[in-house]
Amino acid sequence: MNNLLFLIPIALGLGALGLAAFLWAYRSGQFDDLDGDALRILTDEPPPQDKRPR
Amino acid sequence: MSTCCAPGLGSEDAVQIEEGRLRAEEFVRSGRDDGHGLTHYMLTVPSIHCADCIVKLENALTKTPGVCQARVNFSTRRVAVAASAALADPFEIVRTVEKLGYPVLVGTANDNGRDPVLAGLMRALVVAGFGAANVMLLSVSIWAGADHATRALFQLISGLIAVPAVLYAGQPFYRSAYGALRRGQLNMDVPIAIGVLLTLGNSFYEATIGGGETWFEAPVMLIFFLLVGRVLDHVMREKARSGISNLSRIAARGAIRIGADGASSFISVEEIRPGMVLEVAAGERFPVDGVIAAGQASDIDRSLATGESLPVPVRAGDRIEAGALNLSAPVRMEATADAEHSLIQEMMRLMEAAEQGKASYVRLGDRISSIYAPFVHLAAALTFAGWMLTGHSAHAAFSAAVAVLIITCPCALGLAVPVAQVVGAGLLLKRGILVRTGSAFERMAEAKVVVFDKTGTLTLPTLALDQQTGDADLARMASLAARSRHPLSVAIAAEARLRGIVPPEATEVVERPGFGMEGRIGGLPARLGRRDFVQAIAADEDEAGTGDLWFAIGGARATPIRMRAELRPGSEAAMQAFDRARLPRYLLSGDAPEPAAEVGARLGFSPDHVGARVSPAGKAERIAQLEAAEGPVLFVGDGINDAPALGAAHVSITPADASEVGRANADFVFTGRSLTAVSDSLVVSKAVLACVRENMALAIGYNMIAVPLAVIGLVTPLGAAIAMSTSSLIVVGNSLRLRLKLRDEAKVSAPPAAAYRPEVRFG
Repeated sequence: MNNLLFLIPIALGLGALGLAAFLWAYRSGQFDDLDGDALRILTDEPPPQDKRPR
Repeated sequence: MSTCCAPGLGSEDAVQIEEGRLRAEEFVRSGRDDGHGLTHYMLTVPSIHCADCIVKLENALTKTPGVCQARVNFSTRRVAVAASAALADPFEIVRTVEKLGYPVLVGTANDNGRDPVLAGLMRALVVAGFGAANVMLLSVSIWAGADHATRALFQLISGLIAVPAVLYAGQPFYRSAYGALRRGQLNMDVPIAIGVLLTLGNSFYEATIGGGETWFEAPVMLIFFLLVGRVLDHVMREKARSGISNLSRIAARGAIRIGADGASSFISVEEIRPGMVLEVAAGERFPVDGVIAAGQASDIDRSLATGESLPVPVRAGDRIEAGALNLSAPVRMEATADAEHSLIQEMMRLMEAAEQGKASYVRLGDRISSIYAPFVHLAAALTFAGWMLTGHSAHAAFSAAVAVLIITCPCALGLAVPVAQVVGAGLLLKRGILVRTGSAFERMAEAKVVVFDKTGTLTLPTLALDQQTGDADLARMASLAARSRHPLSVAIAAEARLRGIVPPEATEVVERPGFGMEGRIGGLPARLGRRDFVQAIAADEDEAGTGDLWFAIGGARATPIRMRAELRPGSEAAMQAFDRARLPRYLLSGDAPEPAAEVGARLGFSPDHVGARVSPAGKAERIAQLEAAEGPVLFVGDGINDAPALGAAHVSITPADASEVGRANADFVFTGRSLTAVSDSLVVSKAVLACVRENMALAIGYNMIAVPLAVIGLVTPLGAAIAMSTSSLIVVGNSLRLRLKLRDEAKVSAPPAAAYRPEVRFG
């Protein structure tokens, strides 16, 4: 019983961490273009730089 | 990476770049300023198809002066470009892309490419998934024999996870159920929402005060499974929608107005008023109805507007309809109607009228749920009453009623329709067919009669040369024809390419609008075009014979050239498929009786089923008659003049090179050239409907067994969880079987080996 007191929060915390990671990845656009990402991995040259003024 | 092919663009498409003024204006207007010195543009580039395309486009765009960032989205075939707001000529962005050989669609909505509905559904789905996994782990411990304090603790934790997860993730269902109830209707979401919320409330009471059985895993799992169905359904529809919008014409929705002082300005189609003088470039469509202004001449292609197969010359004073394509020379026109009153809008009105006359279609799923929902609630209420009457406590009676609600929650029923439709849509997408709505499958499967349009539907939108012309003649003709976009010229050039002929060099080539092409080949004058125009340089004045087009070179005799409309590939196979399915076939054409009868005879239409010179309203009327006499009609058509018929028919399918009105309103759009797409859609739709019915039968059959057990209180939370998951898995498995079933039966044509790639249409 005492083990459960920390095991359950750890289990739930890890699950919540995964959930948060997915939500972050989704929001940051990593799931926007799955087909394109599969192709981009084949190119050798680095992607062009963002020339946006900062 | 090896070098990958650029999409095939012939030399005729290069003209598009110079004629881009309209598009340039529209493109500049589509930019979205972010207030930080950057303007964002969204380009749709349908022919992106490989890793090299991505690299080439991104590198070229970032090297363009003023462009800060370019990012290709391969899935949607769109390119997001951020450029300095101070950029002098933003259209340079489009020119850069087109110089690489990729046609660009301008005038696409400049959103950021994200789909807020899908994002909401995905968030709900992962929250439900998280909840379902964790609650299930705790529930398994409870079922495995956790007792006393451990059990109470696990129940409480389950509740703390399940309640917020279900409340959050179930929102789409609560909203939909609320909307239906407010309108006094019942849909599938009503029993879902009521069942889920009551179960949740009851279980929370048991976990905190009651100490009985809790059912937390059931509602979370239910919501999770149902969301899977919703997401699949949404992705399918969104894929079709974006696929169809990527097929849009490349031309702009605007016009160049010539003012009284001769100055030209860009105006949108909505701003055009009768009396305005507009300039229409060769290769563009007339934006509104009008007459050709004085001193102007060209040839126009009316095939999309009226169904006439051959292009016609027009001169000053001739009437033209909105949607006709200007072929040979830029012309000025005087608008006689604004966009509201032009032919296209007239067709839209006819179409809406035809649609209103049609009883609104109720989807199979909704028909089932209108019976199912009251049954579920009645069963639960009767269970509660029964337990009370047999002397049990209100608590026990309520628990039993909740068990009935949770066991009847239409989990499998909610998956039965979307999963089958998604599998069907995937099968069709592989063959280049896009399905707009889920209910299209049901309506297609119900069709009893099939009606075809002729021009552009049974025949290809392009013309073909009759085989009698010799190679030497053809080579000389092609050297003139290659410089024109007139469909007859295009046909000659295409035939020469097909036979592998390299045309000799022609000089001083000019296009005489309304007459034909003129130039010098090997120093001799040559003409290609109308008979009187060609005969002026020919040796023989009275050459007998008939031709759609004539050709003569330096004093030789004039040669007639005959053209014919080419049947779509696969049209015979498609006709046989309809005959096998015992669907009567009709042909309704806006073209003259002879070509209609000829095509009808070639494809085995019975002569009294062929109608020629049918007006657009006439088509819709005839279809309404057929609906009344023989049953639901499947209409296959492409033109603006087919729009009312598309609206009147029970279900409709259109080729991707159809008019915009057609594409925007048909239930199915096929991107290939072959007409077997139509019969394939029918076969797949029938299989999908059969699969949906099997799924419904499986789901309802499961309820028939489970409900009596729930009523007498024999269902435990463990039993409910097992029953619910297995029934969902069975339904999904049955739907996936559709793929195998259609592969074994040789009724559907094999998908093309190359991956599906939307084709682009110019003009």
